[in-house]
Amino acid sequence: MAGKGRGVAFTFNIEALGIGRGSMPEARVGPSPLFPTIEFKPVPLKAGEDEDYMLALKQEMRGTMQRLPHNIKTPTNKAEVEKYTERYLKLKQIEDEDWTPDWNLFPKELMPQTKKRQVKKGTKKKTVKISPKDATEVLNKLDELAKTDDGNPEKSDDETEKKPGNEDGEEIEEEEYEEEDIEEENDYIESYFDNGEDFDAGSDDNMDGEATY
Amino acid sequence: MTAQEIRLCGLLLREHFGEVVEKVGKHLLGGGAQTLRGIAHETGLPLDLVKKTLCVLVQHGACSFTAGRKGPGSPAEYWACCDRILRILRYPRYIYTAKTLYGDTGELLTEELLQRGHMTMSGLVKTVADRLTQNMEEGHSVDYSEVSSTFSKFVETRFLQRCPPPVRAAQTGGGAQAAPGAAPAAPTGAAMLAPESFPDCYEVPRVTLVGRGKRQLAPEDGEEQRSAKRAKMDPETHGDEGIYWQVNFERFHQHFRDQAIISAVANKLDQTSSEIVRTILRMSEVTTSPAATCTKPLSANEIFRSLPASYNISRPTLDQYLTLLADDPMEFVGKAGESGGGMFVVNLHRALANLARATLESIVQERFGSRSARIFRLLLRKRHLEQKQVEDFAMIPAKEAKDMLYTLLSQNLVQLQEIPKTPDFAPSRTFYLYTVNQLPTARMLLQNCYKTVANLIERRLFESKESKRLLEKSQRIEAILASLQASGAEPEQLTEVEEMITAPEKQQLDVLRLHVNKLDSAENQVDETIFLLESYISSTAAAPT
Repeated sequence: MAGKGRGVAFTFNIEALGIGRGSMPEARVGPSPLFPTIEFKPVPLKAGEDEDYMLALKQEMRGTMQRLPHNIKTPTNKAEVEKYTERYLKLKQIEDEDWTPDWNLFPKELMPQTKKRQVKKGTKKKTVKISPKDATEVLNKLDELAKTDDGNPEKSDDETEKKPGNEDGEEIEEEEYEEEDIEEENDYIESYFDNGEDFDAGSDDNMDGEATY
Repeated sequence: MTAQEIRLCGLLLREHFGEVVEKVGKHLLGGGAQTLRGIAHETGLPLDLVKKTLCVLVQHGACSFTAGRKGPGSPAEYWACCDRILRILRYPRYIYTAKTLYGDTGELLTEELLQRGHMTMSGLVKTVADRLTQNMEEGHSVDYSEVSSTFSKFVETRFLQRCPPPVRAAQTGGGAQAAPGAAPAAPTGAAMLAPESFPDCYEVPRVTLVGRGKRQLAPEDGEEQRSAKRAKMDPETHGDEGIYWQVNFERFHQHFRDQAIISAVANKLDQTSSEIVRTILRMSEVTTSPAATCTKPLSANEIFRSLPASYNISRPTLDQYLTLLADDPMEFVGKAGESGGGMFVVNLHRALANLARATLESIVQERFGSRSARIFRLLLRKRHLEQKQVEDFAMIPAKEAKDMLYTLLSQNLVQLQEIPKTPDFAPSRTFYLYTVNQLPTARMLLQNCYKTVANLIERRLFESKESKRLLEKSQRIEAILASLQASGAEPEQLTEVEEMITAPEKQQLDVLRLHVNKLDSAENQVDETIFLLESYISSTAAAPT
């Protein structure tokens, strides 16, 4: 037993499988070559009238399809040197061949957009027009609130005092939303720009208030 | 869709519709159903260009769309039809078949229709009549009615069909029909209805078309340009607006399949038997559905009556032939009953399976030699064999047989099945059975075929790119020559222009032409194999046995 098993990696007799010592196929090393040598030459192509005709049809078809409007040219390839004649030919082709599909069969969204732009309607329709005076009032109020808010976050380090500060933050948040609406309405009011910085500061504070939450 | 299919589709799209379409098409193939915005965003192309591209794809049936799949009002989604794009490869064969069936008119009808995707009958008839007139001698022209009648014949034999009407109306009513639970990869909503499901699919509309094909005045204008112009120029209505026609690929495939069976019978047996099979197939052409496993049973009497008199087959001879065909191991023709002098059918699916098997065998034979093919055939017939049995039955020396078997195994043409006697899979107590599974092997070879065609196209593009300058030059010179000839130039002038291409350049051009022709021809012929394997695979899918 011991002598027999020496040097053999298998626990069984390989010969039983029909694989002799010399008849093991060679081990493969690495991937097979990209262009392996072909043992058997390929059969020649069929030749005949049919094949020739189909060949001609194929080449004609390809040529025609490339000239049809269905063949979409890449917009520009500046890399290549353009010849004058080429440009002339292309222009002519494009002008002659304009293809308009039957839009009944296609989704409406595929229709090319005509140049007329839809008038951009306001994002939000507000019935009440706020006068500049109102706006400044509101902004002033906001400033005040911002100032009061300035103090709040510093105080709110304590666990117990956190709650009121929090409420304040919420209030200011609400205010801010209001402000946003107004801002959109009053995009072109000069006073807005005057107070803009203050408003920004307020929102920053508001952020602080949130951070303590 | 496999990577090979997508690659081939991309190449085909590029060749026929340009690189932009290729990009969008590949994106659609790889990503499933998508919305317009999504496509534009992910491909990084301008929106207008994407729209145009989608129009082209939809026009050619290479892309479908459905609106409101995710509930009413949601944007339309687009997906590409891989099968339809691969059909581009077979265009020459469709056109050639149309020519053999209906002559030049048929050829041009099919060609125009394939080039344009879909057309109205009046538009198509006009274009074809004009083109036919163009090719005729001066003073002759083709009447529209002649072309119309060929068109009607085409529709009667179902080679052309109406495009399914726009699905928008149906969609709004039953958006829920489009099965929201369906896998997004296969959006088979109402939009995927087969054209056959519409009752007037093969109904030719009444078209008022009078006149003859017109000859264009300036012959240097391109064919297409003129027809497009004409379409714009006459706004008169013909009563068939909105009814579009497309090529019925299924019907063509049915025809190809029948031809394949007939020629196989002719090769296996003889001409007469193939004519008998042809008669049976022709008789059942209309009565048998395209997906049927076999034709409707026909009695020997009926077959005899339908045989063309020119074949000169007497009744006893016919009976003998039919028995012979029914007994043939290829099983093309089967006997379905005894009444009426024997009822006979053509086993369409069995025939396809046999043809596919023969294809596999010959592929193995050509790639690995006849002795490997012997092993392959042996395994096909005996199903499961141990290595020792293979060596014995094939009567090939053990060492060589092993080598061949392992080569086939490594190429995945042969599979290995382990059957352990004990659950520990110990090699000494395990049977190793070699087997060939026809269907998976056919699928694998089909993928190989796709890869081959893609490689051929790639090579052809490379060849023509290499000598682009030369090709352009020769084209220019040809154009100059043509214009000179038209203006009646002196022969010396002509030869002078001809000599602008030097002898070595000419030689190079000839070599290039030879290569390109060979590659193109190879593409056509690989497609025949593709057709056979595709039909076999789809036939097994249709009939779960």
